Amino acid sequence: MITRLNVISLKVLNQDEALDFYVNKLGLEVGQDFEQGPIRWLTVRVPGDPGLEIYLEEPGPPMTDEATTEQIRELMTKGAVGWLAFQSDDVRGLYETLMERGVSDFTQEPTEHFYGIDMGLRDPFGNAIRILQPAKADEEATA
Amino acid sequence: MSREVEDLNRRLLRARDAMDRAYAEPLNVCAVAAVAYLSEAYFIRSFRATFGETPHRYLQRRRVERSMFLLRETNRSVTDICFEVGFMSLGTFSRTFREIVGESPSDYRVRHGPMVAPNCFQMVATRPVAAAGAAMRSSSFGEAVRGGGSLA
Repeated sequence: MITRLNVISLKVLNQDEALDFYVNKLGLEVGQDFEQGPIRWLTVRVPGDPGLEIYLEEPGPPMTDEATTEQIRELMTKGAVGWLAFQSDDVRGLYETLMERGVSDFTQEPTEHFYGIDMGLRDPFGNAIRILQPAKADEEATA
Repeated sequence: MSREVEDLNRRLLRARDAMDRAYAEPLNVCAVAAVAYLSEAYFIRSFRATFGETPHRYLQRRRVERSMFLLRETNRSVTDICFEVGFMSLGTFSRTFREIVGESPSDYRVRHGPMVAPNCFQMVATRPVAAAGAAMRSSSFGEAVRGGGSLA
């Protein structure tokens, strides 16, 4: 039986740029990074969560032909393709840190809901990223 | 050639995100166009070509979407919600809401109770969709059928 989710793919336009964004700005860590024939197998992961890898995939041959690749890239940049949701222990603090690091493509500033505080941003390629700080269940219990 | 399209798409998306961030504030098309490094006229044309509707229409839709959430999830008055999401008059709000959703804000409130999915999913799940057979629309996004077309 399946025991865990291992790898997901996130499409990016350029793997070097993606590495800079996801590691230096967002704070993930490099998983694997090596050449495998025509492909650069580049993954990142959440620090302390080594089981789940995010493959930063650059669309192109041999996976997709040139015409298809062009279509995918255009859709990506319209914000129609990629979407990831993370959790954080401090969304408001992370928001400040991201701004200090030069991130400006925010779609939604930290906003409070009944389920926690969340914010939205985009990576350089149009992928949507949501980050949630879940509301603590025990705070409600002791209120 | 395609790099130019990608670059333009990304800039238009950035401008669209800027509109989303400040959705309740008056739309300054010139300022938003500047985010995309475009003139106002070229921005409006490119936006429409890329996203299927003009920036103004897009923003109205987002405001209506936000108001749908507030109508379902809060007890605030229709008037308060109207101004909270950025409309300048109750008349414009009601008319635009009805065009996009197919019923008045108060009728919508009566017919829909609170939902429990996360906010971003609620907003997407309740985004207005095309009614069957609707041919006369002002945008390709899908709005209520005008003149009561048959949905039976």
